[in-house]
Parts: sequence; structure tokens; C-alpha cells
Amino acid sequence: MTMTTMGPDAARDPNAATRRLQRQDRVFFWLAWGSATLVVVVLLGILFSLVWESIPAVRTFGLSFLWTERWSPAKEIFGALAPIYGTIVTSVIAMVIAIPLSFGIAIFLTEICPKPLRRPIGTAIELLAGIPSIIYGLWGFFVLAPLMQQFVQPFLIDVLGPLPIVGALFSGAPYGIGMLTAGLVLAIMILPFITSVTRDVFQTVPVMLRESAYGMGMTTWEVMRHIVIPYTRLGLVGGVMLGLGRALGETMAVTFVIGNAHRVKASLMAPGTTISASIANEFAEASGKLYSASLVELGLILFVISFTVLALAKWLIGRTESY
Amino acid sequence: MSFIKTIVAGTAAAAFTLGMAATAQADISGAGSSFIYPVFAKWGEAYNKATGVKLNYQSIGSGGGIKQVTAKTVTFGASDKPLDDATLAKQGMTQFPMISGGIVMMYNIDGVKPGQLVLDGKTVEKIYMGDITKWNDPAIKALNKDVTLPNEPIVVVHRSDGSGTTFNFTNYLSKISKDWDDQVGSDTAVEWPTGLGAKGSEGVANMVKQTKGAIGYNEYAYVIQNKLGYSKMINKDGKVVSPSLETFASAAANADWKGAKNFHVIITDQPGEKSWPIAASTWVIIHKDPKDPKAAAAALKFFDWAYKNGKPEAKALDYVAIPDNVVKLIEASWSDIKADGKPVYAGN
Repeated sequence: MTMTTMGPDAARDPNAATRRLQRQDRVFFWLAWGSATLVVVVLLGILFSLVWESIPAVRTFGLSFLWTERWSPAKEIFGALAPIYGTIVTSVIAMVIAIPLSFGIAIFLTEICPKPLRRPIGTAIELLAGIPSIIYGLWGFFVLAPLMQQFVQPFLIDVLGPLPIVGALFSGAPYGIGMLTAGLVLAIMILPFITSVTRDVFQTVPVMLRESAYGMGMTTWEVMRHIVIPYTRLGLVGGVMLGLGRALGETMAVTFVIGNAHRVKASLMAPGTTISASIANEFAEASGKLYSASLVELGLILFVISFTVLALAKWLIGRTESY
Repeated sequence: MSFIKTIVAGTAAAAFTLGMAATAQADISGAGSSFIYPVFAKWGEAYNKATGVKLNYQSIGSGGGIKQVTAKTVTFGASDKPLDDATLAKQGMTQFPMISGGIVMMYNIDGVKPGQLVLDGKTVEKIYMGDITKWNDPAIKALNKDVTLPNEPIVVVHRSDGSGTTFNFTNYLSKISKDWDDQVGSDTAVEWPTGLGAKGSEGVANMVKQTKGAIGYNEYAYVIQNKLGYSKMINKDGKVVSPSLETFASAAANADWKGAKNFHVIITDQPGEKSWPIAASTWVIIHKDPKDPKAAAAALKFFDWAYKNGKPEAKALDYVAIPDNVVKLIEASWSDIKADGKPVYAGN
């Protein structure tokens, strides 16, 4: 019995056919295994190279890198506070605007929307997700920013600026671009992601529960408030986190409209920067070991933040599904 | 079957001949400064017509050009910031200026026409420091008695990416003000005390164009193309000058190229009645002991051609050719670029 029992022999020998299938299966098994392992290897490889490349910066600045505001390539002093702050503030603005909007859209689509309109509106929102981020950037820069400078920001500065505490957020000159504009563009970008997850989890609510609630005479608002939202709570948080993960890492669109200034300012109108925008702006021309290492360390920080947010999102979504 | 064979053989032969042709006339490879790119593009085209040799120049920014030439992946690099003597010595490289041009303050103020505003170094420094924040500040008014300036905030615009233009601009401010030199310094990217960052020369031009009350610095060509407001400047001799080829050339001509090692002269704030205060140059950086002497010789031959024949193209794009007496010094310095103890390019 040798390997020559292929072809017509195999038909005569059922054992050979079985062995051939077994061999096939083993190859398939290892290919699948290999593909899966490759992803993990790539992930670890990226993490390792980020750590490795950022060693000079970590050695020089230590942990104080995280709370130093100065970013001076000329004097070789680097701190990540401004980009971390900008990343978080723009993402928070985006979430504050996008969460209520997305929930509204999802509730409308699942509960209120007339059947014939459901698909066109749903598709329009999904199409938003397909627009490349550079287009959002161009639109933000050429259309939204001038509108912000001439109308929205002067209004906010005049009306909210004089108020105590809140006023600090809306003070300064209207530049048009800045953290508020970046947050707005981000909100539009993450809207479709949160909406589609929210809509999907709303649909997991058993029809029986929902119908009995309506049957008891509950209004749509009461059904949402007391049945649907409590039932899908964790899934909703997961969807929100997914949107947050995207907002944190968005690069091109933000680079266009944030103003790219390494400063921490209380005012939302002020120009700032984010981690990804700093890297995109500066990496190509970063001369000197410490400068590139600091940019890579920024990348490492973003990796850790996004990874944590996404892991948390997955975990929460997973928990709703097991209900 | 034989038909297919013929085609395959024919294609292979053609590919082979093409390959041979390509090796016989090697392309000149370079990378770096985007400031000089429009000129290199024009020169490359004309040189290709004249000699059949192609110039393959990647406009990836000065920093990238320095990295690539240091790693010897290209024959020459181009940078708007000269390397210091120690770095050149350590890497065994040399540098020489290829072209000069001007950096201009551009603005977008309602009711103020291009060329109407006059600024001086001190005022520009105070605006970029964040000390002057309104267009009707007494310091700006004093320089512009006939111009009605609005009571509007000044929106300061700078480059957000590393840039040779930024290096020359901040170098000028450092020469003007000790405060600037101590607190900010000069480099391809600095810690800006105020303002908005825009990516690339086009980014700055667009930002100024659509932001009311904005001021920015940019290469002269971008200001002309975008039909934006630009200011006159008061130069080192205290004279008001307009940006033009003539004033850029005066700055380049008055610089002390002869006394500087490795042609390390930044031509900002140069003396001379007609000198434009924020002029800039681009340097070519090349290895003294080239990996491929033939490629280095081809590159030097191209530079020689460009110094001698490239002036009209440079002028058409608003760049200033290096003065003839400086070209002589540069070409004399090429004798240091050697292979087997002999200069790779003897000149003609």
C-alpha cells in the first residue's frame, strides 16, 4: 500500500478514498488554523513594534509624557497631554451629539416609521458609513468650517460665553475650525455605526413582550422607556462603544478641521489636536530619534485606548446576546 | 501553438532590449523638498528632451529626502534646511544650494487689497507670539497709516506638518527677536504659541483664503496662484520692499556664501536696500563617496546643466537662480565627490 493508490484505484479501494479525504481535511484544518493564528501574530507584531520603536521616548520622558503639555520639536521636548486631551474631547462631543440622534433614528425605524419608508431611510444611513473619511474632511473644511465661523460660533460666544463655568467652553475668537467642528464632523461619521447596532439590538426584543406592552395600553414612549431600552441596555452600550472606538481613531477628517495646535484650552472653539492627527501631520518630516519615538509612543497610547474601548464593547454586546 | 510562442519570445526580447536601454541611460534619482519640486519637474522635462536622461524626483518633504539620501536609496536629497557640519561629516555627505525663493505673509482682511499692508519683523513676531491679537492694534496701525484696519481678531495660520518653509520663517523670527529664539526656536516644526495648523502649502493657502482675519506664511508661488492678499515688508536696512523676483534675488546675492562652510547660509534677514527679508533656499545633499559613482556623476551633470540653462524655467515659476559667482564656488566644491580618489564629475 503506497501513495500510488490514487485515481481509478481509489474507486476500488474505499480505504484509500477515506485517507485522501482525511488528508484533505488535515490540510484544511491547518490552513484555517494558520489564518486565525496569523491575525493574532500580526496584532502582537504591531504591538511589539510600537513598544520597541517608542523605547527612546519612554526612556527620556518616562510616565510624565502622559501629562506634559509641551510639544516642541525644536527643543526636543515632547508631551502627549494635548493630543490625548483633544482625542477625548472631540470624541466626547461626537458622542454627546451622535447618541441621542442615533437612538432617535433607531427608535423611529423600528417603532414609528411607516413600512415603505423604512428601507430608504435605513439605506441612506448605511450609505453615510460608506463615505470615505477624506470626503468628510473636505466637506468639514470647505463647507462646515466657514458656516461655523460666520454663524454658529459668534452666536455661541455671544449667548453662552458670558455664562459662569459653561462660558469657559464657549469663549475666544471664532476660528471656524477647532475641537467643536471636529466633534461635529465625527458625530456625523459615527452616526451610522451606532444607529445600525442600536436598530439590530432593538429588534432582538421578543415580539411577545413588545406586543403585550402595547396591548396593555402603553404608549410608544413607554414601551421604549420601560420595555425595549431596559431589555437591550448592554447591547446599546456596546453600540455606543463601537462608535466611540471609531471616533477615537479617526484621522483624515479630524486633521482637516481640528486646527492642529498642541495646546490644551478649555474653550471648545479653540484649535487642538488628536493623537492620530498629530501622527499624520508630523511623522513624514519627523527628524531625529526622539521625535519619531514620541510619535510612535502616541500611537501606542491610542492603540491601548482603542483596544480597551473595543474589548469592552465586544464584551457588553456578547452579554446581551446570551440573554 | 507556435504563434503563441512567437509572441512570447517577441515580448521577452522587447522587454530585454528595453531593460538594456534603461541601464544604459540610468535615471537620476532624488527625493526631498516640495519647495523645489515645481522647478525640478520643469528642469527634468527639459533635460530629458536635451539629453534623454530622466530625473526621478520624489517630492516627499525635506525630512524624508534627508532620510532617503542618508540611507543611500536615492542619489541625492533636497532640503530647505541645510544640514550642520557635524552631520555632513559623520555621514560623509556634502551640500550646495540649488535655488532660492521668497516666503510671503499672506492675509485675508476685508477691505485691504493685496500689497496694501506693510509689516515688519517685530510685528510679525508679536502676531505669531500671540501678543498682537487684533488687526487694529496700534503696532500695525503705526506701519499702515493710510489703511483702515478692522477691529477683528487675527487668526494666525501656520504649517502643521514639518516643513522647510517653517524652518526659514522661524529662522527669520529668531533673528528678529531673542524671545522667539529662546521660547520657540527655529526648526521644520516648532511649538507654536498660538494659531491654527494647516497641512502643506496648499492647506495654509486654503485656510487663509476662507478664514476672515487670517494671516499665514507661504511660498510666493502659492500666494500668486491663489490671488491672496500679501504684505510688503520692512527689511534689515529699514526699507519697505514688495515681494518680487528682484527682491528675492537681492537677498540671495547679498548673502555671504563664500565665507560659509558647506554653504550653510540661511538667507533670511539679509542686508541690502532691496533685499526681501524672508528669502529661502533649497540645498542638494549628496554623498562624497557615492555608492554608484556613475549615478552621482549623472546627477552632477544635471545640476551643472540646470545652473547654466535652467534660469528661464526657474524665473517663470518665481524662483531665483543661484548667482553665477556662487555657482563657481559650488562647482569647485564638487571635486570632493570622489570615487577611487578621483572626482566623479570633471565638468565641461
